[in-house]
Amino acid sequence: MVRLITHNLLSCHVKGCTRNNFPLRFQDVKVELREAEFNAEFLRNFVPRIEWKALVDAGKELGDTSLPEELPEMLGDEFLKKLHHVLLEIHVEEGAMVCPNCGHVYKIMSGIPNMLLTESEI
Amino acid sequence: MSRPELVAPPEIYYGDTEAKKYTSKCVLSTHSRKHSHPSSNFLPVPCQCSTRIQQIQSEMTYRALELLNLPEGEPKFLLDIGCGSGLSGEILDEEGHYWVGVDIAPSMLEVALEREVEGDLFLQDIGQGFGFRPGSFDGAISISVIQWLLNAETSHPSSSPPARLTRFFTSLYAALRNPSRAVLQFYPSSDDQIHLITSIAQRAGFGGGIVVDYPNSKKARKVFLCLFVGSGKMNDSVPRGLDGDGEEEVDDVDEGRRRKTIAYERRREKEKRRERSGKRKDLKTKDWIVKKKELYRQRGKESVPRDSKYTGRKRRPVF
Repeated sequence: MVRLITHNLLSCHVKGCTRNNFPLRFQDVKVELREAEFNAEFLRNFVPRIEWKALVDAGKELGDTSLPEELPEMLGDEFLKKLHHVLLEIHVEEGAMVCPNCGHVYKIMSGIPNMLLTESEI
Repeated sequence: MSRPELVAPPEIYYGDTEAKKYTSKCVLSTHSRKHSHPSSNFLPVPCQCSTRIQQIQSEMTYRALELLNLPEGEPKFLLDIGCGSGLSGEILDEEGHYWVGVDIAPSMLEVALEREVEGDLFLQDIGQGFGFRPGSFDGAISISVIQWLLNAETSHPSSSPPARLTRFFTSLYAALRNPSRAVLQFYPSSDDQIHLITSIAQRAGFGGGIVVDYPNSKKARKVFLCLFVGSGKMNDSVPRGLDGDGEEEVDDVDEGRRRKTIAYERRREKEKRRERSGKRKDLKTKDWIVKKKELYRQRGKESVPRDSKYTGRKRRPVF
């Protein structure tokens, strides 16, 4: 159940991996779509926290190209609906996330990513 | 029963059997009549789900949400640390919040998956720190979790409790927005533990302190670590803990009050008269003592005596 909303907040936390550790790349993913309740107010409040480029790229990786390259200044309802779909309705069920810097692989199994590190990585 | 932290590390303790106690749906139940079939005469199978655990957990979740002090009716993005089977997550769902849960026990997360909670789940050791970007969350709650950080599982220096707590609090501090709060309920086994946890949280940058609900009750006593990120109107003072013993209050309040006053009425009258005459002022009144003790507790001082009805009272004369 990794949604893009959390993927957009997630960076690698291996020790010493501090630069270029965001966003994590997806690998061999199996995606599932699940409807969620639309809440415009929440999305409006959340937009400033999003790394837009990372979100668009992640959307493309998962095969969704509905989002514009640049964040529009006016947040209309139609745009918010699209954003809602990408952020909250696309679930990654299986696969992995890979850190672009250190290459650590976070496996995703039945929707739960394994974020555990070994002792040498803490 | 000994404390679960001392039995095994959390990912092992919360195995399949323990996780089952946290499932909400029980089909066959010995303790609830409405589940069992009325005409059936087979022996009831003992149910493994524990409604008591669930009730306590949900009460604490509501209290933690109250202490988070979020604005009414606004959906927020919260972090549930040690989400377990998603009991607290379900409550967050009900309240309309979006959330992310982390837990170290795979069995508990499986239960959460079965429950189909809304939030995203992560298998993560909170002692290793979080990888969330700065300012990600509007708040964090954690129910009965951080006492697990106080036991070292290996002798490796990175698994010593202070090191793990430091990583946990610094990465949590980074992941929260300014201003926001984190409310962490836990079961300390000594004042030293409270002191250790508060001092590390303070070093990580948090403000705030300990809130104790029902301090005089052995059973209902609950310790909340109420941490503030940033200052301002939202985070100007640590909220007060609830008083009483956690049970229903006496219906007839007047009756109770009258009973209390009778026993020491004469002495109280005397004290009052002395106060009014203004001849001598007691230096160490009960208020003063309680204030001092509160101060020591906030600073995390060890072995501060509990407050009770005997606080600040004179011993009865021996002769």
